[in-house]
Amino acid sequence: MPPIIQVSGVRKSYGATVAVHEVSFEVNEGEIFGLIGPNGAGKTTTMECIEGLRTRDGGSISVLGLDPFKDVYKLQDRIGVQLQQAQLQKRIKVWEAVDLWVSLYQKKAIDGERLLEQLGLADKRGAWFMNLSGGQKQRLFIALALINDPEVVFLDELTTGLDPQSRRAIWDLVRDIRERGRTVFLTTHLMEEAERLCDRVAIIEHGRIIDIDRPENLVNRHCPERTVVLATDNPIAEERFRAVRGVEKVIRTDLQFTILGRGDDLVTAVIHCLSEHGIRVTDFRTILPNLEDVFLKLTGHSIRE
Amino acid sequence: MLRGLWKLTWLEMKIFLREPLGAIGTIVIPVLVFLVGGRLVGRGLPASSLAANSFVHVGLPVLASVLIAVSAVLSLVTIISIYREGGILKRLRATPLRPQTILAAHVIVKLILTAATLALLVLAGKRYYPVDVHAPLFSFTIALLISTWSILSIGFLIASIVPTARFAQPIGAFILYPMIGVSGLFVPVASLPPVLRGLARVVPLTYAVSLLEGIWKGEEWSAHMIDVAALVLVFVVCTVLSTKVFRWE
Repeated sequence: MPPIIQVSGVRKSYGATVAVHEVSFEVNEGEIFGLIGPNGAGKTTTMECIEGLRTRDGGSISVLGLDPFKDVYKLQDRIGVQLQQAQLQKRIKVWEAVDLWVSLYQKKAIDGERLLEQLGLADKRGAWFMNLSGGQKQRLFIALALINDPEVVFLDELTTGLDPQSRRAIWDLVRDIRERGRTVFLTTHLMEEAERLCDRVAIIEHGRIIDIDRPENLVNRHCPERTVVLATDNPIAEERFRAVRGVEKVIRTDLQFTILGRGDDLVTAVIHCLSEHGIRVTDFRTILPNLEDVFLKLTGHSIRE
Repeated sequence: MLRGLWKLTWLEMKIFLREPLGAIGTIVIPVLVFLVGGRLVGRGLPASSLAANSFVHVGLPVLASVLIAVSAVLSLVTIISIYREGGILKRLRATPLRPQTILAAHVIVKLILTAATLALLVLAGKRYYPVDVHAPLFSFTIALLISTWSILSIGFLIASIVPTARFAQPIGAFILYPMIGVSGLFVPVASLPPVLRGLARVVPLTYAVSLLEGIWKGEEWSAHMIDVAALVLVFVVCTVLSTKVFRWE
């Protein structure tokens, strides 16, 4: 099956500033694909070139077999878009926005009222946009992005500024979109969001893609380090730990041991060692690297800097 | 192209009327100016006074009409810049809506409001105005729509250039209201100082006022083809310029 989105060698500059530099990737049908990176890395510019809202300076883009620049209206009919920091008219009512959006698309597959119900906005249908909370506005924008039952949904920083509870609710909504067989393309600077939601991620910095893969593969590839922290008063323990395969370093502070090594088998090997030698432990935990660590390793700085 | 136009127009009309000052600013104030002005001038001067008669008969209705048009345009300038700053224009663009449709909806709303205010003004005038009005109302409405259309295009150009919503209204007012001053409404263009006379000749409102006064007095359209041509020219130039410099965000 050909990819839903194909981006190849896309460039975009604003004056002398190069926002996107030779970016290439593909998004497959039915996956949640995340473009992750710090603010200003070129995520939104890349996404808006794909949506047809911005013209690229070079390279080629194909979405559902269409060129987003030449076939922008045909494309808009088949995709759903949620923009970063968008607003609606202050005094537009929720149902009016939904009603307007329903009228704009040729295909009318989704019942607007049901959609509002699903998104928990049914009791707000008569409220003005300006009187909605941040989470409610975001859910309305998701409703508008889904109203034409789009084949691809674009979500730009969709949980920025939301409280943890609303964030989790919205993650569930995004997973629902995938359950219905649709493709999701999202951007985020929240590594936790990327790790929990995305099937594959592309890490972007200074307008360049650094790596693309499944989150767990990225972690394994770039951060094979594993750490086991345990506590024991067994005097022979330290010596035994040093002999375990994959262990590179054992740090002892009082009764607590920090065992550093690499490879997925490290934790199993340590547990095996404990049971083999009958070492009694009073504490045992593992510290595993995540996308945050991958980003730090690839760019030399944290994503929040 | 037309998909969504009527729904969006209707929606923008409702939204505008929900604004606390929307209806008052564009409809009530011009009608009040018209009525209060008519009363004051009508009473203060003997009815036989030529100046008073001319102002009440021709100047005042035209002034009220021009005010309607200018306030409609100012409100358009403000709305466009607020929509741009808030990302509303961009959100509307990320749909199958054509950009022209979005802008056309706003222009239609303003034209409808202009026509509605004018109708109200005529009704109010019939009931309270001291003198009888015998003006060709249909022709006058057409003349006002042409003038408004032309002034709207100036508004669009201003909306295209002004960077933020904060400045849109004052800059628009700063450009448009002085135009009224030299347009020949208060002082005939011929008796203005030479510098201002030159200015009056390039100010589009002068042609709008000349057209409106002429039609109000019952003159033929053929006598005002230059005015119409000037207004159309302004419309074309401003529209072409706006499409070049208009920013969506």
